[in-house]
Amino acid sequence: MGITGQDLILACSAIGAGLAVIAGIGPGVGQGIAAGHAAAAVGRNPGAQGQIMSTMLLGQAVAETTGLYGLLVALLLLFVKPLVG
Amino acid sequence: MGNVVVMSSMPSADDIDFMIHGLFKYKYFGHEVWITTSHVCILIVMLALIIFALIVNRKMKKATEVPDDFQNVIEVIVEFLDSIVEGAMGWSAPKFRNYIGTLFLFILVSNISGIFGLRPPTADYGTTLALALITFTLIHFNQFRHNSLKSIWVDMCSPLPPWLPIWFPINLISEIAVPISMSLRLFANVLSGTIIMALVYGLLKSIAYVWPAVLHVYFDLFSGAIQTYVFCMLTMTYIAQQMGDPPPAVAEKTTK
Repeated sequence: MGITGQDLILACSAIGAGLAVIAGIGPGVGQGIAAGHAAAAVGRNPGAQGQIMSTMLLGQAVAETTGLYGLLVALLLLFVKPLVG
Repeated sequence: MGNVVVMSSMPSADDIDFMIHGLFKYKYFGHEVWITTSHVCILIVMLALIIFALIVNRKMKKATEVPDDFQNVIEVIVEFLDSIVEGAMGWSAPKFRNYIGTLFLFILVSNISGIFGLRPPTADYGTTLALALITFTLIHFNQFRHNSLKSIWVDMCSPLPPWLPIWFPINLISEIAVPISMSLRLFANVLSGTIIMALVYGLLKSIAYVWPAVLHVYFDLFSGAIQTYVFCMLTMTYIAQQMGDPPPAVAEKTTK
């Protein structure tokens, strides 16, 4: 069974897609830090819970973007297959 | 290769379906133009919103001092939309209340349309890019309207002094990155939910009963609502940044 160039590219694309979603580590850590600080803030000032909550969610959603870029690269590699001529 | 037996009940990659499908093709000035599932879903979302708006319009003509059930719901929605615009934009809120309200309702209904079996229109990059480009236009229209050319130039050259525009290209890139990152954020969030639901329904077909509802609640309702809020919030913050301080007439009115 011979491996053609195309098969090799597809296999490498799959590995690349797997590597690309490692980008999810960053937002995971970042969102955790944001949530932790938000919890501390609510502990200090329970009255401002609503405002803290919305600020935290906004910040987390913005921080999530980098992870989503990794996901997009993975999806492009898997489904659009730009490297296969 | 003849000994590869594919069991008919085994789920395969062919069962996963989350792509946009072309439904109808026609020629427009020599270009191939496709009507896709996104167009159909966007039409359904628009129809739902328009019918809702017509019903509300009819009901509110007969509005009473003490609201009944339906009027109560409408007032809650409108007050919520007004309050987030008011909170983010301050004195310039009245100008943008209509646009942000429309944007919010459209993105929200688009995002949660996945529950009703539609492919969310916001999971198509064309939709989100269009929304982000409207935001981009609004930002820069208001920038040129409310700031002098000199202050825009100083702003674009910051943090260095205006006679040394080394940072100008970098600031220019960061301006152009705004619509790209906004559209990609919304698109990728909704698309990731769509893909996971397609994986669940495609690969776990035999056991996908009832429990995917939990995933729907998270990916469609929760994530969709958060991303709607984020998109509108960012639009409002970027525009409010360019509006600057209130003109004296408005400032006087609010302090009185």
